[in-house]
Parts: sequence; C-alpha cells; structure tokens
Amino acid sequence: MPDFDFAQPTSLNEALELFAAEGEVRALVGGTDIVDQLKTGRRNADMVVDVKRIPELQRLEVAADGLHVGAARNLTDIGEFPAVRADYGGLADSSVLVGSWQIQNRAGLGGNVCNAAPSGDTIPALLSHDTTAIVASSTGRREIALSDFFAGPGQTVLQKGEILVELVLPPSPDNGASSYLRFIPRNEMDIAVVGVGSYLQLGSGNIVEKARIALASVAPTPVRARAAEEVLEGNVLTDDLIESAAVTAVEAATPITDVRGSAEYRRELVKVLTRRTLGICRDRING
Amino acid sequence: MKHISMTVNGDNHELLVDPSWTLLETLRDHLRLTGTKEGCSNGNCGACTVMINGRTANACLVLAAEMGGNEITTIEGIATQGKLNPVQEAFIKDGALQCGFCTPGFIVSTTALLQRDPDPSEVEIRTRLAGNLCRCTGYDKIVMAVEDAAAMLRG
Ligand SMILES: Cc1cc2nc3c(=O)[nH]c(=O)nc-3n(C[C@H](O)[C@H](O)[C@H](O)COP(=O)(O)OP(=O)(O)OC[C@H]3O[C@@H](n4cnc5c(N)ncnc54)[C@H](O)[C@@H]3O)c2cc1C
Ligand code: FES
Ligand code: FES
Repeated sequence: MPDFDFAQPTSLNEALELFAAEGEVRALVGGTDIVDQLKTGRRNADMVVDVKRIPELQRLEVAADGLHVGAARNLTDIGEFPAVRADYGGLADSSVLVGSWQIQNRAGLGGNVCNAAPSGDTIPALLSHDTTAIVASSTGRREIALSDFFAGPGQTVLQKGEILVELVLPPSPDNGASSYLRFIPRNEMDIAVVGVGSYLQLGSGNIVEKARIALASVAPTPVRARAAEEVLEGNVLTDDLIESAAVTAVEAATPITDVRGSAEYRRELVKVLTRRTLGICRDRING
Repeated sequence: MKHISMTVNGDNHELLVDPSWTLLETLRDHLRLTGTKEGCSNGNCGACTVMINGRTANACLVLAAEMGGNEITTIEGIATQGKLNPVQEAFIKDGALQCGFCTPGFIVSTTALLQRDPDPSEVEIRTRLAGNLCRCTGYDKIVMAVEDAAAMLRG
C-alpha cells in the first residue's frame, strides 16, 4: 500500500480540523471499500482519518424528528436495531445484504453512502425514506437531501473539508412501510445487477398518500423513479396500479450493458423488483 | 510509525505499526501468527477472518493502526490450553476440509456464529458463512460440521 499518515480523533471538532488540512484527507469507517481502493491505487490519500471513535458518528437512535444513524455506525447494528426492523424495513433489508457478515460487522452506513457506488445497496432504501444527510466542516454544518448528494459514480457533492456526520430518516408512521430487493446471480456476496427500494404510505380506502421508489445500478448514481411515484400517489392501491407503476419506473432507468447484465435485462429487472417491493410494502403495512 | 497497544488471544502487545500495514500482515509478518491466511486480500474469501472485540472481520481490510485498545482473536486463540475446541473437533470428525487453507477462517466464523446462535438452521449457517469461500469441499461437510459442533456445544 502507498504511504499515508493516520489519525484517530475522538471528537468531531478534532476530526474537522484534520479534514481542513491541505492534501487528500480521507475518512475511514469499515475500510471495506477504501482499504482495497488504496491498495490498488484507485483512490489515494495523504492522510487517512479513522472516524469510528467520534461519538456523533456512532449515533443510532429514534428522536422526535426521526431515526438518526451516525455515519460510522456498522451495518450489523443497524440491521438488528428494533426500530429499524419495525419501521424502516428497507434499511433493515439492505443492511444485511451488503457483502458478508464480516463486512457488515465493519462497514458503516456512511461508508456505503460516501463510497457512492451506483450499486450501493443501502442507498435506495435511504432515498425511499426521504433521508437527509447532515454534513459538517470546520466552518459549519449543512443539511443535504440525500437525493442531491450523489454527483456521479464514486462521487458526492461533499466539498473539501466536509464529512458526513449522520443520516436522518423522518418518522415512519404506522400506515407506512418500506422494502428493498436486489437481483444478483448468486445468493450472497455480489454486486446488485439492479436494486429497488420502495416506500408506501396508505390512507383510508387504500389510497396511496405517499410513494417513493429508488433504483440502484441503472444510472451513474442511484436515482428516484419520480414518474412512477406519481402514478401511485392519490390513487387506490390495486395490483393493476402497482403494475403500471412498475412499468413507469423503467423510464427512470438509463442502464448500461456490462458483465453483470444487458441494459434490456436491467430494465426488465426494474419492473419486476418495483412490483415486488411495492407488494412487500403493502404486506408490511397490512401485517 | 504509530504506537498501538492491542490484545491478541489474551496477550497484550505494544507495537509500532506503519499506517499502511493491514491487521493481516501485522499478525502474520510481525507477530508470526500465521494461522490466519491470506487468500484474496480484498474481502472476498474470508481466509483472513479474525474477531475484533468478539465480531468477525476480514483482517486484510483492517489497518493495524486502527486497533489500539482492541481485543483480537485469531485461530491460534480458539483452542484452549492445548485442547481443541468442539468446532475444531467437528471439522476433523466430519472431514470438513481438504487442503485446509480456508479452515482457520471457517472456524473463526463458526465460533462467532455459535456464540450468537447455539442452534442455527442450515440457511442461517450458509448465510453467515457466505463470506468464507472453500474451493475444495463443496460446503456440505462444512455445514454438517457446524451442525455437529453446535450439538456438541449445546451438550
Ligand atoms: C467482499 C465485498 C463485498 C461487498 N458487497 C457489497 C454489497 O453487497 N453491497 C454494497 O452496497 N457494497 C458492497 N461492498 C462495498 C462496501 O462493503 C460497502 O460500500 C460498505 O458499506 C462501505 O462501508 P465502509 O464503512 O467499509 O467504508 P470505507 O471503506 O471506510 O469508506 C468508503 C468511502 O467513504 C468515505 N467515507 C466514509 N465515511 C465518511 C464520512 N463520514 N464522511 C465522508 N466520507 C466518508 C471514505 O473516505 C471512502 O472513500 C462490498 C465490499 C467487499 C469487499
Ligand atoms: S484475504 Fe481477506 S478476505 Fe480474502
Ligand atoms: S479445504 Fe481447500 S479451500 Fe477449503
């Protein structure tokens, strides 16, 4: 591996000063992306900052404004957290899909988000919950809607000196539920050919009060299928409505053909997984 | 170089580590604990599985510099006082290995699994061990060994 300096701050202020320094300063949580990227020269660093010992970045709790998950909190803890399992089903589904148990024990939710892979499994689930990213630098804090967070494959809108502190998912009411599914050729340990995260909120008479659909691996960044959300909202949820939303979701996909699958195959998967995740959301609300 | 103090299999080690050293190379090349294997070096094979504070991790993706204050368990720490642990005995009894390269990683992952769930289903065994690859056995004997080890530990 190339040479770099290393720091392990125990407070956010100490960390933010380190990130303000000259050169390429990189955060490290689980290292399950960055260590291999450094080894193979796909990313470089003058300094690596282990952010796991900063208390704010380990937060995992429900507050009045929703679920707060610190950027360094590991995916095993998140997938097992009772409130996540009860009210943020898509996040629970996706946390336990990332890599292996070994990977989930180490990988942070913030690592998955900041690595910004188009295939990042937790991202569609977070998008489906209208997640906000809380970002800080030595000069202040700002909030970014997660839907505005990604700039391209492996790229975020974070500026030099900024780090992700936490992700905030608004409260999920009893008449709402989410779900995430991905397709891979194996059962475990593979990159999503397509991933779909959906959220539904149903009012009286099964009218869709709110719908969110987000797609992975079909565009340079994870994307929302907004037209499909509009097909659902305000209408009575039936199998036919789910089907037309699934067909419409394909419009949001601009997939490429690669070793994992052709563009045409990916479009078909968007339809199938959108249909299935919406069905799971409905079952979770009713169950 | 960075000074760290970490516990490996119960023994405290004061070390000077280069920030670029992985935990895997530190264990193997500097502490001479060569039971932990290097297969892929990128998180896919699980040959390098160790426990950090009781949870499994791929040592090839961990920086040694991160480990200050942590407790590491490697395959060398699984047997107690020269006596094989039931997981190791079950792997031998069931012939759950051929070349043996993957075995230390499987034993560490299995130990962690059985600490969490003393009676796992076959699906749970296969899911929790999905991060450990074996090119020889075809996995069935490994699953059988995990089930037998679980039964032995339950008594
Ligand atoms: C074998 C294997 C299988 C995998 N399978 C999957 C999979 O199925 N699905 C999937 O989505 N991913 C998968 N991955 C990728 C990886 O495990 C995930 O993306 C993981 O969530 C990364 O988290 P981490 O904490 O390890 O990130 P790290 O490697 O520590 O960091 C990732 C990136 O985010 C940056 N970063 C981290 N925290 C912050 C912060 N607070 N502020 C700003 N930047 C930050 C880092 O600088 C780095 O660039 C796999 C990886 C491996 C090795
Ligand atoms: S050597 Fe670490 S996972 Fe293969
Ligand atoms: S016994 Fe040879 S790789 Fe598993």
